[in-house]
Order: sequence, then C-alpha cells, then structure tokens
Amino acid sequence: MDTARLERRGPFEWWLPKTGRMRVPGVIFADAALVDGMDDKVAEQIANVASLPGIVGAAYAMPDAHWGYGFPIGGVAAFDPAAGGVVSAGGVGFDISCGVRTMLTGLKLEDIRAAQRDLADTLYRQIPAGMGSEGEIRLDPAEMDAMLAGGAAWAVERGFGTAADLERIEECGRMAGADPGTVSDRAKKRQRREMGTLGSGNHYLEVQAVDTVFDKVAADAYGLAEGDVVVSIHCGSRGLGHQIGTEFLRDMAVEAAGLGIDLPDRELACAPIASPLGHRYLGAMRAGINCALANRQILGHLARQVFGRLFPGSRLDLLFDVSHNTCKEETHAVGDEPRPLFVHRKGATRAFGPGHPSLPEPLKAVGQPVLIGGSMGTASYVLAGTAESETRAFSSACHGAGRALSRHAAVKRWMGRQVVDDLAAQGIIVRSRSSRGVAEEAPGAYKDVTAVVEASEQAGLARRVVRLRPLVCVKG
Amino acid sequence: MGDRAWQLFPHDADVGVRGRGPTPAAAFEQAARALTAALTDPDAVQPTRPVEIACESADPEVLFVDWLNALIFEMATRRMLFSRFEVAIEGDRLTAVAWGEPIDRDRHHLAAEAKGATFTALSVNRDAGGWVAQCVVDV
Repeated sequence: MDTARLERRGPFEWWLPKTGRMRVPGVIFADAALVDGMDDKVAEQIANVASLPGIVGAAYAMPDAHWGYGFPIGGVAAFDPAAGGVVSAGGVGFDISCGVRTMLTGLKLEDIRAAQRDLADTLYRQIPAGMGSEGEIRLDPAEMDAMLAGGAAWAVERGFGTAADLERIEECGRMAGADPGTVSDRAKKRQRREMGTLGSGNHYLEVQAVDTVFDKVAADAYGLAEGDVVVSIHCGSRGLGHQIGTEFLRDMAVEAAGLGIDLPDRELACAPIASPLGHRYLGAMRAGINCALANRQILGHLARQVFGRLFPGSRLDLLFDVSHNTCKEETHAVGDEPRPLFVHRKGATRAFGPGHPSLPEPLKAVGQPVLIGGSMGTASYVLAGTAESETRAFSSACHGAGRALSRHAAVKRWMGRQVVDDLAAQGIIVRSRSSRGVAEEAPGAYKDVTAVVEASEQAGLARRVVRLRPLVCVKG
Repeated sequence: MGDRAWQLFPHDADVGVRGRGPTPAAAFEQAARALTAALTDPDAVQPTRPVEIACESADPEVLFVDWLNALIFEMATRRMLFSRFEVAIEGDRLTAVAWGEPIDRDRHHLAAEAKGATFTALSVNRDAGGWVAQCVVDV
C-alpha cells in the first residue's frame, strides 16, 4: 500500500484522514511491513466504508486486512441506528458467522504421536469436507426452522454435544433475533445436505499442540499448557449463509437508491438498520449465525466420536467458539455515553476484555478467548481480549494470517502434492481430496501469522496467550 | 490464466471471472466457463445433462451477477459442474441451458466451492474486441 496518504500515529496505528465523502477517518492497525504488503484497494475500501451513513468512530482495518468485496476482509465498522446507521450484507460477507472453535482433548503430544496417522485418516473419513461432500443429517422444513432459531442449542437438544458446551459459545450458542421466515426457500434448499460439513477453501479441522505459552495466568484459565493437544475447527454457515449473502447483497445494491442511500460503489450495498430491508436482513443473517453455530457444534461432536474411539476417555471440552463474519448489536461507549451499535466484523474477531458480562465465570478474569487460525503449515494462536480493545476498535482483533498471494498466484507457484510432502516432513499430516485446493492454500500464500498477532498485541487489540502448532490438518 | 475467451483474474482472497464475446450473451457464456475453471478443469466436465436457467434484471450488470449466482445455486443443490452454456438475452430476461454432469470428487479435483458472485470489479462493457463481462466470485 502507498503509505503517502496515511498518517502514522504510532508504531502500529495508521490513519487515513477524512477526505471527500468520508464521514469518519480510517484506521489501520499494523506494523510498517504489514501495511506495506496490503493492497491499495484496502485503503480504498476503508474510505468507502467510512462514507456510509451512521458510521461511528472510524472505519477500522485489522493487521491481517486484505482486499475483500465492499468492506475489506479484516474490516470493522460500527453503525448507530439512531443516526441513520446501516447494515451491510457485504460488511458481513457470504460466509455468515464463519468462525473457529477450539476443544481441549486432555491429551499430551506424546499421547498421540504414535496414532497421528491413524487419527488423520479417521478424521478425514468421518468429517465431510470439500465441494460435493454431504452430511448425514437431513432436516425437514420444521427442523430447518428449529435449527435456524436455535443454533448450537438446537444441536445439543438433538444429541450433538452437551449443554455445558453452550456457555463456551458466543451468545450461549443461540443468536437471538433470528427469523427463519426471512430466509428464502432457496437458501434452505442449499443447506439441506450441508449440515455437519466443513466446506472448502481455507476451512479446516486441525489437531494442534500448544508449543509456546506467552501468558501463564490466562493459559491456566483457558486450561492450556505446553504440549497439550487441542482440536480446532474453522468453518461457517455453509450454503445457507452463502445464499442469504447472495440474495441480500443484490437486494441492497438494487434498492439502495430507493432507500435514500447514495453509495460510492455498488459493492457497498447496505440498508438502513431501521428499514424493512434492514430488519429482514438482520433476521436472516442471525438465522445464518445460528446455522454456523449448529454446524460447528455438529462437527465438534463428530470430532469427539473419533477421539472417543481412538483415545477412550478423552472428552474434548470446548474452550470457546467465536465467529469472525458477523454484524452484532452491542453496547459501546461513544464519548462518555454507552450506545447500542451494530458492529460489523468481516474477517475480524470479537475480543471482549476481562469482566465482560457475556463471558462465562471461568473466563471473566482474563477475557474472551480470541481464536486465530493459521495456514496449514504455520501456527495458530489463542489470544485474549483486552480492556483496551474496547477503545481501540469496538473490542475487535484480527482473525487469521490473511492472504498474501491470490489463489491464482499460489497455484502457479506450488504443487499440492509437494506441499503435502513438505508438511509431512515437518510432522504435519494433511488430508485433502483436492491437490489444487492444497496448492491454493499453501502456507506461503499467507502472511506471517506471527507478525499479525504481534501487531494485534502491540496495537492493544488482544494479547497472546499460547501458540498452537498443527499436527493434523483435514481440508476440503 | 490464458489468452482466451474466458479468464480468471487475481483478487486477494477470492477470484475474478471474465468472459469475452461478440454479444453480451456470448460473454456471459464464457464467464460461466471461467466460473467452472475457478473450481476445476472445465475440460474434465462432461456436458451430458442439461439444466435450464432463467433470470431477469433491467441492469445488465445485475443480470450478469444473477446469472452466475443461478449457476452457483444449481451447482450447490444438484451437486453438479457445468462446462457448456447457451445463453439468450432478450430485453431484461436471460434464458439459458447449462450442460454438465454430477460431481465426481475423484475425477474433478475440485479446488474450492463458489459461495457467490459479488458486485466487486463488476462490469459488462463493450471494447474494441467485443463484449466483456466480469466480477469477483467469493470462493
């Protein structure tokens, strides 16, 4: 990115001053190298977001930001409904409530080494992954609506996991305000065979081991110690979310002018929160969140079954489940006044600090776990939300490494088979049906996740708790 | 990828699809082939089974997004891939037949699934060489 138009306000904070149609400034949290590596389109998209009605504070970009559609990926923006604020389908993304859950196996690295290959093969067989894969769960219309209203709580009622899981999931596993009636029949049809599937692209199920502890107090509170083995699942709301995103992006783009919104670019499609279209989108998007929460709950259950067979007595307690593609109504301080805002996080993770009322008791003292996915060969991180994050970017942090190379460039540079062999030589077993998919997701196609989380910590967005090294990666 | 009637163009996280042709309908057909190429080798997809598609918009760019999204929906719900397309555009209305086959996960080596076509880098324009239709697809 050309930094000439940015104003550096600190080693990890770059401001895009308010110009033209911008109502607020833009703020990028990153070190110099990460900003340098960002596409100029990121600044362009931040400026566009900053021009939307009712935006509060600034349009923010996290250290892993890259060019998205409408909003940048790694973008955060909050809107005030009382000031004509908007909700944007492009500000959430097609993969509504895509997120990460991490489960504690209670096993140590040495416990699984001998069975690592068997574990990889069994997970690969049991977890439906990739385009064209199907889950075994079929929902009739009534059950579909019950799932869309109930989220992970619905899944628990149907025998997937336990009630104890729910307090470790955002919104206690069930997003309020979901309206299955606003979800089209086409979206429901697209989901019919996709419950309990992982998807493709950058989605994965990984078995990982803690290899570094940065914050012992927080790690203790999270139940993590060096050598511990965990399972992390990265996926979202599958076809249902994709179809909701598709339909509302179109409706908002087509209807914006009629709703009195002058968009700088049609890709910013949005609707006033206080409009029938805004309400319909919120009802459908929240149903999409519940679909993602239910889907990760089912996948977590499948992972438990595999571990239960291979490691009798293992439990896979849920550490946390957090989404990074959402719009949530939250109360934040604006000046001295707490105000209800609609916070869009697209490729950004909610990061509530210590004491936040939504956190379960065992996590309250240290803050919310912020789960950061790496690429197949690099590390993932568990961070903790900070009190400071509230004033930085409405309690938000990065979500992953962020792509450095396009899929296009990655396929030209790497062969899938070679990537799998190279990772195997490092002790990381990758199982995927798609050689090209593996090449597109080669670790080298991503930014340095360590630099991203260090920048997040230095910028005050979240602090590092532990680093996780991959052992098994199941991809679509 | 290649100097031909369809192309994939780079985007940070996703992929751009572009089709060229002497008419908008021909450009739409080629862009659909690019959409398949974002997922698999289109030459590996046998055009054995026809699926009819129709959509409508007064705005040619919205119509293009609708066309790609209709294909994505059919791919997702029928578990199919498509490699041959016949598009007709009359006024606001697009009618088409897409030919393809059920996904064979061992043979098609799928890279990813398409989530939806976006309004990013969207255009349906005429240049010296004919019509060009393009946008970014979320994968």
